[in-house]
Amino acid sequence: MEEINSLMHGFSVALTLPNIGFMLIGIFLGVLIGVLPGLGGANGVAILLPLTFTMPPTSAIIMLSCIYWGALFGGAITSILFNIPGEPWSVATTFDGYPMAQKGRAGQALTAAFTSSFVGALFAVLLITFLSPLVAKFALQFGPAEFFGVYLLTFCAFIGMSKEPPVKTLASMMLGFALAAVGLDTVTGTLRMTFGSTELLNGFDFLTAVIGLFGIGEILLTMEEGLAFKGKSAAIKFSVVLETWKELLHHGKTFVRSTIIGCWMGITPGGATPASFMAYGMARRSAKNKDAFGKGEIEGVIAPETAAHAAGTSALLPMLTLGIPGSPTAAVLLGGLLIWGLQPGPMLFVEQKDFVWGLIASMYLGNLVGLFVVLTTVPWWAAILRIPFTIIGPIIIVICAVGAYTVNNAMIDVVLMLVFGLLGYLFKKLEYPLAPLVLALVLGKSAESSFRQAMLLSDGSVSIFWSNALVTTLVVLALGLLFSPAVAWLRHRGKEAH
Amino acid sequence: MNKSLIKALGTAFVGLGLLSAAPMAAAWEPSKPVEFVVPAGTGGGADQMARFIQGVVQKNNLMKQPIIVVNRSGGAGAEGFVDVLHTKNNPHKIIISLSNLFTTPLATGVPFEYDEFTPIAMLALDQFILWVNADSPYKTAKDYVEAIKSSPDGTFKMAGTGSKQEDQIITVKMEKILGKKITYIPFKGGGDVAVQLVGKHVNSTVNNPIEAESHWRAGKLRALCVMDDEPLPYKEKVTTTQSWADVPTCKSAGLDIDYLMLRGILAPPGLKPDEVAFYVDLFKKVRATPEWADFMNKGAYKQQFMTGKEYSDWMKAASAEHFKLMKEAGFITK
Repeated sequence: MEEINSLMHGFSVALTLPNIGFMLIGIFLGVLIGVLPGLGGANGVAILLPLTFTMPPTSAIIMLSCIYWGALFGGAITSILFNIPGEPWSVATTFDGYPMAQKGRAGQALTAAFTSSFVGALFAVLLITFLSPLVAKFALQFGPAEFFGVYLLTFCAFIGMSKEPPVKTLASMMLGFALAAVGLDTVTGTLRMTFGSTELLNGFDFLTAVIGLFGIGEILLTMEEGLAFKGKSAAIKFSVVLETWKELLHHGKTFVRSTIIGCWMGITPGGATPASFMAYGMARRSAKNKDAFGKGEIEGVIAPETAAHAAGTSALLPMLTLGIPGSPTAAVLLGGLLIWGLQPGPMLFVEQKDFVWGLIASMYLGNLVGLFVVLTTVPWWAAILRIPFTIIGPIIIVICAVGAYTVNNAMIDVVLMLVFGLLGYLFKKLEYPLAPLVLALVLGKSAESSFRQAMLLSDGSVSIFWSNALVTTLVVLALGLLFSPAVAWLRHRGKEAH
Repeated sequence: MNKSLIKALGTAFVGLGLLSAAPMAAAWEPSKPVEFVVPAGTGGGADQMARFIQGVVQKNNLMKQPIIVVNRSGGAGAEGFVDVLHTKNNPHKIIISLSNLFTTPLATGVPFEYDEFTPIAMLALDQFILWVNADSPYKTAKDYVEAIKSSPDGTFKMAGTGSKQEDQIITVKMEKILGKKITYIPFKGGGDVAVQLVGKHVNSTVNNPIEAESHWRAGKLRALCVMDDEPLPYKEKVTTTQSWADVPTCKSAGLDIDYLMLRGILAPPGLKPDEVAFYVDLFKKVRATPEWADFMNKGAYKQQFMTGKEYSDWMKAASAEHFKLMKEAGFITK
């Protein structure tokens, strides 16, 4: 098999002593970057990129991609401990991760998150190794209509899954869409809802909103409840890792399903964020005990983390072969490739075999090294929760403010973060779900533009959404998911009537 | 590892050489990191060039202070331009400009003018090429033009970057010349646009060379013509049979369009002459590096360097031209 040979060659490129050193440094820096919200993978890579210019391209990309893996691992830490997702795809991890930490199961939640990330990424790398030519072709099938199909599927998989009344879910989602619409309308090139203010030209950034809604909102709630972190009594030992692994063995189905969702979304290229939401929604739908979700169910951590990493990893492939960066971090990485004289695109696999296979090999090694690094630190991360809130609370607020500021280097974002914090507090008090708002804010704009691009292509005819097998499948699946709760309910009633 | 160490030492020595020469050339130099604003998203042509310059400056030690690239793409770049305008007299901020310097104020109504900035230098001009999928039956620009002319309005789909910007201006120009409507579909970035064409979701694009180069080399796209009054000068083969120089002009196929995009540097209003001199000198050094030559070659840029009055005059003419084009296309927001 040619792939095996290429991969072995890749390992020989990646497995030199300096490269392993770069890997460790990268992972370590990455975890640190992931833990500090706002510093984020993109900024971290951008700051460190110039340091790598004097290194050989393969070593440099190995170190930078390890920072990327590290940041992915690290993102889960703040989501679970403080309810602050540092990246869009960690949002779904907070739903059950944070309640677990509050119940004193932070160690289990972290172990589950890290292990799931690893499993997701590993299967995605296997896919990349053996199916890369096929996968790259598949991504080309995606025009505007197909993209809209993917977004629709994500929204539908997620809707109707929250415990709150559907009207509240809908209201929250609509507010998210409205916020996403602020700024430049890419289809007509005119400004919307900026009211002449230059601060609003860029619209509302996801990170500002999420740090406020989740982080600050949670701190306000904690303050109201008497300044106590509930998880502080948890016993913290290394054995927690092994115990959690035993528990994870019972959730094989969730792993498989989430990996499939993740890989598929990564290739399509829908991306990690829709993948994590979709996997969470699907896990809840197929669970026996639906009500346990959102209150600290371990499956609610496994599903989004597995899917996000499977997607994040398999998304690297269309990125390298088509030259489209899937995330800001990836964009900075691609910029780096140019300095080393590598042009991302279909020819990269043909002309730069050393580089590509070295990178793929480093994905295996980087994730393995990453898993090892983060698992050994689980007890320490969990121990943070023992620090009294009066000390850690202000620190979190400062980190949040710095995070919001670095999004655009603008004070307005810090103010917005506080406003979103109040909004998050109100939502919790009035029992409105936050997740639909965030989902709509993150995907609203892309969903809108792909819908309108599709309409332009078809000259206004909706038939474009069933014009080929791929898009028809997506739309039918989406509608099926949307109406399945209603159908189940009707059937249930039908049975009762008999 | 050893090789890279030698390389690093080598660049350090070159850097030292340049540093010792520097004091004579420029009296002023930055005392803190320089913010390099990109009024566009990550991954596009302007962003690639800015990050490339950052890398070249760092690698060759052309400046003591680092350059930090910041993307401010809000409102089709208005965010970035307004930000630079508001920091008057600040010599530690520069901005890389593309055509949105002229089109954005007209399309969005955000008030800023090209002549409010301190001009530093034009680095190059970016070309536009008419691309079709390699599997399409159109072998030459003439084939494609005839096909559009003999089909009903709106049959042909053109993908482009953004709305009411350079790609759509070119499309409107084509419509005027051919007397047929072409459906224009805006996408977020040039990379997305090229992939939509490779995936056959649209009929053509007017991607810049660098955005489509790798797909062209892979045999997925066909370059029909270049929108300049003369063919490109790059004679090195890119595909197995063609070089950039082999792409004919659109004019020769009866599609008389001549459009080039500015890749230039501007600074906040009110910079002192010695501060301007430092940056002009810096970009001269950047242009002298082998990396830059390579970058120009890969992206098939039109190499033109202008500073001072020559550069302002060029922008004045370009601004008037864009006003005319935008007005004709009905893209001006009142």
